[in-house]
Amino acid sequence: MHELGIVVHVIKQIEELAKNNKVKEVKELTLEVGEVSGVVKEYFVDAFNWAIKKTEYMKNCKLNLIIIEGISFCEDCQQTFKTTEFGKKCPNCGSERTYLVTGRDVVIKDVKVI
Amino acid sequence: MEEVRTILLHRSVYADNDAEADALRSYLKDRGVFLVNLMSSPGAGKTTTLTALINSIKNKVRVGVMEADIDSDVDALSIAKNTGVKSIQLHTGGMCHLDAGMTKSGLDGIDISDLDLIFLENVGNLVCPAEFDTGANLDVMILSIPEGHDKPLKYPLVFQKSDLVIINKIDALPYFNFDYEKCVNYIKMRNKDATIIPISAKTGEGIDKVADYFLNKLKQFKE
Repeated sequence: MHELGIVVHVIKQIEELAKNNKVKEVKELTLEVGEVSGVVKEYFVDAFNWAIKKTEYMKNCKLNLIIIEGISFCEDCQQTFKTTEFGKKCPNCGSERTYLVTGRDVVIKDVKVI
Repeated sequence: MEEVRTILLHRSVYADNDAEADALRSYLKDRGVFLVNLMSSPGAGKTTTLTALINSIKNKVRVGVMEADIDSDVDALSIAKNTGVKSIQLHTGGMCHLDAGMTKSGLDGIDISDLDLIFLENVGNLVCPAEFDTGANLDVMILSIPEGHDKPLKYPLVFQKSDLVIINKIDALPYFNFDYEKCVNYIKMRNKDATIIPISAKTGEGIDKVADYFLNKLKQFKE
């Protein structure tokens, strides 16, 4: 369900881009998906393949997903660590004053069009 | 063979929605209308809390409600019947959350010129509503005692983005293994600035505190 919401946003943006750039067809779309963005890759692909059938420019669009690692930063010891492994707690000093640096966002990287 | 060209975008999928949300906030600012986004799991007591809250402040400020659900209009009808304030039901058409665009079209469906405060009751879900900025001035969530004190650990984002966390069904505390102190610590760990107010929408306990909170926020907004 959550994936579908994001798919709808992505498609809306790409369709607009295609229209504004006088594109005939969008062949390929590459997204960077953060490891802790809450997106499940398999669901996302299913939702995408369902949703593109209703589009004007993306009916045969191939989807590439690049997974971006979740990295957190510790304010106390100034080191970074892998978020999916350690969560909120810094494995170096045990502090919980940490915040996520990368891996939260879903970014549209590029599209290949004709 | 047609030539394939690559268009580099590198922009967040949320960028579009974030821009719409900011536009909605300035639209509301111009009209002096304060919008509150209310999130929780299904069954945490959003509609009951809203009903109790609205009844305690409706003589002081002009309140409106937008109910968002996948389907049905039971919430809008219940709010309208039990409070008498202006309410509208939005259907998200299967979507699990509201985005800024949907919020704006919902607002266009009611006359907001005679309102000070609008509550947006988001779809019952702790994951998706937290991801999309609705354009609201304030984010509020309700956690209820039966859900357990570990929810801030499991669904960090919604706690992180909420200005106010209401802990509902506090009258049921003796019957559940809910560690209140632990829960407050978990919330503060995610969001040290969050205000936390325990209430019981059923008995009315704490509703006055929530009412004061919103009246203060509204006053700050209007100044």
